[in-house]
Amino acid sequence: MENFLFYLFSVLTILGALLLVVNRNAVNGAMFMIISLIGMAALFLLLEAYFLFILQILVYAGAVMVLFLFIVMLIDVEKGPKTRPDGLTIAASIVGLALLLLGIIAVFTTDSATSALPEVTKLPEAASAAGIPFGTSVRGYGYGLFTKYMLPFQVTGFLLLIAMIGVIVVSKKITASGDAEKEGPKKA
Amino acid sequence: MTVGLNAFLLVSGLLFAIGFFGVLLRRNTLVIYMCLELMLNAVNLALVAFARYHDSLDGAIFVFFSITVAAAEVAVGLAIAVALYRKRQTILVQELAAMKD
Repeated sequence: MENFLFYLFSVLTILGALLLVVNRNAVNGAMFMIISLIGMAALFLLLEAYFLFILQILVYAGAVMVLFLFIVMLIDVEKGPKTRPDGLTIAASIVGLALLLLGIIAVFTTDSATSALPEVTKLPEAASAAGIPFGTSVRGYGYGLFTKYMLPFQVTGFLLLIAMIGVIVVSKKITASGDAEKEGPKKA
Repeated sequence: MTVGLNAFLLVSGLLFAIGFFGVLLRRNTLVIYMCLELMLNAVNLALVAFARYHDSLDGAIFVFFSITVAAAEVAVGLAIAVALYRKRQTILVQELAAMKD
């Protein structure tokens, strides 16, 4: 059963990603991206990372994609002249994709004695890790964030503050004297 | 669970490749940005898979930080895209080549 779920959600994730890349319309692309993100959240669920599953749904499929859809609909690209990517761009991107796929195939098809990938098929039974042992509850995350990763946690808080100030500065057009520029209705 | 670590890594690698393809192929800055997010997500999946199969929560906590930073990055990036559109009336990358000429 879990095997079936894994295949189902990986196909969903990869299919959504492919449709995002080949779709002409940016709004449809964003919808396919949401499908892909939800499939990935389900993969997190299969990996028993329940907290990250909720976080993925709330932050990525929720907040980030709503922001994307808002901006895509605000900036109407469709009204401009239709431009298809030229042949050189298509050729270059296909060559890039082929090189990456070649690398993936090479890593996954070499025999296990010389492969870079370890043959791990079973979940570890006992908590033997050197770091924080894996747990399904949120308690482990809280413990990790407030002990071992206290400094990164604080820095992330500052990063969010800086991002907020940056967004305000970028979108407010503050002049050299420090005052925000008045944005009245444009007289054309 | 009988699905091995390598299956998750394969899915992650394929997603990263597709996202990379999209970044190279597309013209719309917003779609390029979505493909970048896809690549970030693929790496997140690999991190969670490693954390689960190595019985350590450190990778999962790193994914927590990664999601936070990605959310901040999306907010700033989209603000820049809107500011760019107000100034240049376009967000297609082939028309934003002022540094090239």
